[in-house]
Amino acid sequence: MRKFEYLRPTSVEEAVAAASRPGAAYLAGGTNLLDLMKTGAAGPELLVDVTRLPGLDAIEPLTDGGLRVGAMVRNADVARDAAMRRNFPMVVEALLSGASGQLRNMATVGGNLLQRTRCAWFQTPEAACGRRDPGAGCDARDQAGRSHAVLGWSERCVAANPSDFCVPLAALDAQVEIAGPGGRRDVALRELHRLPGDTPHVETALAPGELIVALRLPGAGAGFGRFSRYLKVRERTSYAFALVSAAAALRVEGGAILEARLALGGVAARPWRAVEAEAALIGAAPDAGAFRAAAEAALEAARPSGDNAFKIELARRTAARALALAAAGAPERMPALPASPFADIGAPAHA
Amino acid sequence: MPEDFAPGPAPTRFGSNSGQPMTRRDGVAKVTGAAAFAADARPEGLLHAVVATSTVARGRVGVLDVAAALAHPGVLDVMTPTNRPALAADPDDKPHRFSFRFEALQDDRVRYAGQPIALVTAETPEAAAEGARLLAPRYEAEAPRLGFEGGVAYAPETVGIGSPPQFSRGDVEAGLATAARRIEAHYETPAQYHNAMEPHAVVAQWDGDRLILDLPHQAPVLGRAMFAAFFGAPPENVLIRTPFIGGGFGSKALVTGAHVLAVLAARKLGRPVKLALRRDQMFGPVGHRGATRQTLRLGIDAQGRLTALEHRSDGMTSSFDEFVEPAANASKNLYAAPAIAVSHGGVRADIGTPMAMRAPGEASGSAALECAVDEAALAAGLDPLAFRLLNYAETDPASGLPFSSKALRACYADGAGRFGWAGRPLEPRRMRDAQGRLLGWGIGTAQFPATMFAAQARATIRADGGAALEIAGVDMGQGAWTALAQIAADGVGLDAGRIELRSGSSDLPDGGIAGGSGHTATAGSALHAAGGDALAKLFEIAAADPASPLFGADNAGFVARDGRLRRRDDDSRSESYGEILARAGLSEVVGSGAASRPPSVAEACAMFAHGAVFAEVAVDPDLCQIRVTRMVGAFAAGRIVNPLLARSQLEGGMIWGLSFALHEEAEHDRVSGRVINADLAGYHVPSHADIPALDVLLVDEADAQVNPLGVKGVGELGITGAAGAIANAIWHATGVRARRFPIRIEALMG
Repeated sequence: MRKFEYLRPTSVEEAVAAASRPGAAYLAGGTNLLDLMKTGAAGPELLVDVTRLPGLDAIEPLTDGGLRVGAMVRNADVARDAAMRRNFPMVVEALLSGASGQLRNMATVGGNLLQRTRCAWFQTPEAACGRRDPGAGCDARDQAGRSHAVLGWSERCVAANPSDFCVPLAALDAQVEIAGPGGRRDVALRELHRLPGDTPHVETALAPGELIVALRLPGAGAGFGRFSRYLKVRERTSYAFALVSAAAALRVEGGAILEARLALGGVAARPWRAVEAEAALIGAAPDAGAFRAAAEAALEAARPSGDNAFKIELARRTAARALALAAAGAPERMPALPASPFADIGAPAHA
Repeated sequence: MPEDFAPGPAPTRFGSNSGQPMTRRDGVAKVTGAAAFAADARPEGLLHAVVATSTVARGRVGVLDVAAALAHPGVLDVMTPTNRPALAADPDDKPHRFSFRFEALQDDRVRYAGQPIALVTAETPEAAAEGARLLAPRYEAEAPRLGFEGGVAYAPETVGIGSPPQFSRGDVEAGLATAARRIEAHYETPAQYHNAMEPHAVVAQWDGDRLILDLPHQAPVLGRAMFAAFFGAPPENVLIRTPFIGGGFGSKALVTGAHVLAVLAARKLGRPVKLALRRDQMFGPVGHRGATRQTLRLGIDAQGRLTALEHRSDGMTSSFDEFVEPAANASKNLYAAPAIAVSHGGVRADIGTPMAMRAPGEASGSAALECAVDEAALAAGLDPLAFRLLNYAETDPASGLPFSSKALRACYADGAGRFGWAGRPLEPRRMRDAQGRLLGWGIGTAQFPATMFAAQARATIRADGGAALEIAGVDMGQGAWTALAQIAADGVGLDAGRIELRSGSSDLPDGGIAGGSGHTATAGSALHAAGGDALAKLFEIAAADPASPLFGADNAGFVARDGRLRRRDDDSRSESYGEILARAGLSEVVGSGAASRPPSVAEACAMFAHGAVFAEVAVDPDLCQIRVTRMVGAFAAGRIVNPLLARSQLEGGMIWGLSFALHEEAEHDRVSGRVINADLAGYHVPSHADIPALDVLLVDEADAQVNPLGVKGVGELGITGAAGAIANAIWHATGVRARRFPIRIEALMG
């Protein structure tokens, strides 16, 4: 195997200094990076293990009613958190719809935000991929493209962001706290992932050495409470990435929508916040016509990147359904198949 | 089962061993990790080999940076076509019908992506893997021929393993011409890859001119001869130990290039060598279920009776060898059409050669046939089950011969009853659940040949009253160590807890191949016969011994039960095996047995196992996501040796049918030809959450023809019928007839 260095710093400052070196990569749960290292799609020369850094493993309430989640909190613990379940149920639903129990026990919040695309061409070292190797072109273009983007892609890259977690976070205006060589700064989650454009290898807003230390869910989002849902569409009921997913939240008063949030997953290189759709919903009655119109608006700019035109209509239907589910409100107990269109089919509630 | 394997306590039971739902004798060993699989072998001085595989589908290997690989610490040897030691046989020869061409560095040609192009051997697996990477091959690549459009059509001389590509009986064109209604439909099935939990692995060691292989293999004695041929050794100098196999499904029955190269490396370096394929290396050099395009034409009369059935299947195969999925043969023996024609074509492309994969031909063919039969039922205005009963074949449609047994009617009745089929609306989109999801019910008929191969076995009854039964059988997870032990115990009149089953090694009597759903019938019959032979010898001793209660009983005969021989006509006169042997001063008596199906029997009747599979699906009307919510399968497969294991086999088959219907597909890069989902994250099989309540009913069926035990086999039966049942249920739910497998969301979106 290729040799690499391994460091386990004891402070954020030490970690940032070490990871500012070219060829360095942060290692958290390793559920994504280690796979890529095994296939050869990633070959860092230095792994900076941040799992033992102090102070990054807590979920804390914010004064505005929101939550601050340390970057090293495990996905399973986020999903189990009572305040998270109460105030941001669609985040929990999204987490529980992804990966497996074992992986959720390993995967961290910070790592999950930076999950790489599952585009098979990105993961296969011998395929040309400009996201992996700057300027290398894109062998993924004009393939079947079931997992590929229909929004925001470029001729240089058609990859989609695979995260479930990030989709409700984008809808909730989550903020990402970053420590770096130049100190601390915040980045909106919606700005964390870059669309490919001509530089698909620039995947995020992070500069070399920058480390995600926490995620903040603003209190404004908590107002949606149980009227926020995540819906994930895929062939396999479990352990599969979304073909298309949607996070929707609604505030309805007096039969009219006062506030709406909508984000889509599986359709772009970033979790796709659909602000046009949100605007179209304001003042409307929460009915099928309004939801469909919003979904049309959300996908207005979509175009196929392969034989995946069906994803555009599927994304519309998924968005409309997620809005309808949000209007109805989440069930009291998390269903056995979170985020599934079959969530309520006679199975016991989720443990 | 290995000799040192201690069986657990026998469960309480009554009567004979066979027929009892015994739990697996090797279950504890497997769940505790005590069961050693091939790659668990760690002989002294072990080296590790990694095969480098091609990333292009067609061309030549130009440059390999052998120096870089050799310079990596720990790397001892790099084998390429230029320095590969000679083999005694050419991997491109086909001396017999079980010979398939493989790549063992015989030249620099690349025939498919994933083909072995070099072998790196090192002190550690990590060093070998890095050495393989450092080879950084450069290719003289040629444009690959891919898919049905890019491939080269040809007329295969055989399909499957040596089967004729065509068959017809009666006049199909006339049958279609006189039909009141005609149905023509095209179906597509994708390339699917065997993905046993245990990827192919070998630990090869030479002891002088003896070769010892720890190797998962579905036919150890056949495999021994195949390996011997490549190394110029007599077969008895090769030992294949295959005590446990983590799944075979047809992919572990042959010699593969990587294995041969590991053996060469072991000889060249004078140390044992281990080679285990990575998951992605399973997609190419070890066979797969080839893609098909199938066309069915059915004619029916005014009452809905078939007047003709024509099934054409074109199958993808490699550019360099023959294995065309014998899919159309699924239509030969099931429905009572007076005119039947099946035919096959081949399409050559730059892919690895397909190979038998659980129910080869039957699975793909049944999926298409069962859909087409439903389309015909719809055209006839009949319930799909009523249509099948109307066209029930009382005799084999292909040969006109009687069936040795056929309890399919009972399967239909029992399955329909359990499922609650009665009252199913004929039209689609008529059923919804409480949430408004579309519900649909579908049926598929299951059928699989009741195969028998040839096998020998040995039985040794010992002075302690116990017995050892020996056969080179194979447990690849199906439960052979348990089912064969039950049969063997019955054969020697002992409780299964008192016998030792020695198996899984090529130095034992040939147990044939664990494949074709014929292993229990074949190996079981040989074991039973060997036990009978040993008992007969024991009886001869007793009957000639004046001190024995059985003295002079030669003409009366005997029965053996609970470790005692008893006069057939007087149960009170009996003697234990131990007493007979002790008085004769013998430590043991050895019997031998053989099994095969006499040609006279094979020519007198048609032999198949049958079943009826019923499925319910729920489909989200907008999102078009599909969920199978219930499945019932009722199967008749002769005598059931172990209902617990048989149910597991049939459930596994039905789950694979669900996988076929909804999930499995190898996707190829349209330019390079590489399989781009060559891992279990991308190549989907169902997760637990996809599997509904499965109800397996075992329908009684006595069969005196198939073999002396009356056993038909259940390994592959469950996958047939199931895929069609689900596809038919999806039509019933949605009104959309999806004719391409797997059936995915986009197929239903309209």
